[in-house]
Amino acid sequence: MLEGKSALVTGASRGIGRAIALELAKNGAKVAVNYAGSEQKANEVVEEIKKNGGEAFAIQANVSSDADVKDMVKQVIDTFGSLDILVNNAGITRDNLLMRMKEEEFDEVIQTNLKGVFLTTKAVTRQMMRQKSGRIINIASIVGVSGNAGQANYVAAKAGVIGLTKTTAKELATRNVLVNAVAPGFITTDMTDKLPEEAKESMLSMIPLNRLGNPEDIARVVRFLASDDANYMTGQTLHVDGGMVM
Amino acid sequence: MADVFERVKKVIVDRLDVDESKVTMEASFKDDLEADSLDVVELVMELEDEFDMEISDEEAEKISTVGDAVNYINSIQ
Repeated sequence: MLEGKSALVTGASRGIGRAIALELAKNGAKVAVNYAGSEQKANEVVEEIKKNGGEAFAIQANVSSDADVKDMVKQVIDTFGSLDILVNNAGITRDNLLMRMKEEEFDEVIQTNLKGVFLTTKAVTRQMMRQKSGRIINIASIVGVSGNAGQANYVAAKAGVIGLTKTTAKELATRNVLVNAVAPGFITTDMTDKLPEEAKESMLSMIPLNRLGNPEDIARVVRFLASDDANYMTGQTLHVDGGMVM
Repeated sequence: MADVFERVKKVIVDRLDVDESKVTMEASFKDDLEADSLDVVELVMELEDEFDMEISDEEAEKISTVGDAVNYINSIQ
């Protein structure tokens, strides 16, 4: 499905990013596995891809650093010779009620989750415009659509990502670079495991499909958006949330 | 090798689909050649290919007329 394509997945050492990297590789893409701090976890993802006959390498970069991002993108293009798929997945949480949220908590989340998407997108644009093809898939969040108490910073960043997706889609459409977002609902990952039990239960009651999602549920939709099956879609945000927000 | 202006003109005519006579050194991409800012970005990338060079974002932002592009290319070739 993605044979001969090369992909960069940010924040790919764990959770949803890891599942995306594995899914793209399983479908034939060469994958650069970006990580910020979890080198060992990233290497494990690379090993797993190679074990299954795929091609991958791990690359460290903090997506909120312009210099890091530029180096990373250059290295990926030098290694693979092209860059066909960018998945902006890296993200952090610093949850707190608005009243208690510190300025640093707000800034940190915006820097990584929103500015990181901007910097990485900007860095790949030249290559994809030259190729006259490319896919950019941004991992937003359903809370970026619905809002969520205790996550003012995260929600603001994710809503920002959805807006950024639409604008990037409009700017790059003439060059056949398609930009879409996926808004996951409640997915079981390290990030959501940290949420208090009662928060999890109240969320479950809001999910029509009555189960939490798996990282693979998201990865398969990303694989679709990266494939030729999605040739006529750009600027969209797909809710992959068991029906939570319709 | 063809004159830089002639080569630039050819890229512009192909890219923007404008009449050759409109492409003068003084012509502004936006005002005279009806290019929007994205057209200019794409044009700069095609000039990079044509002349096998890289034009930095800072330099690219200064290019608003055909003459700006020709002079910039001449200055570093």
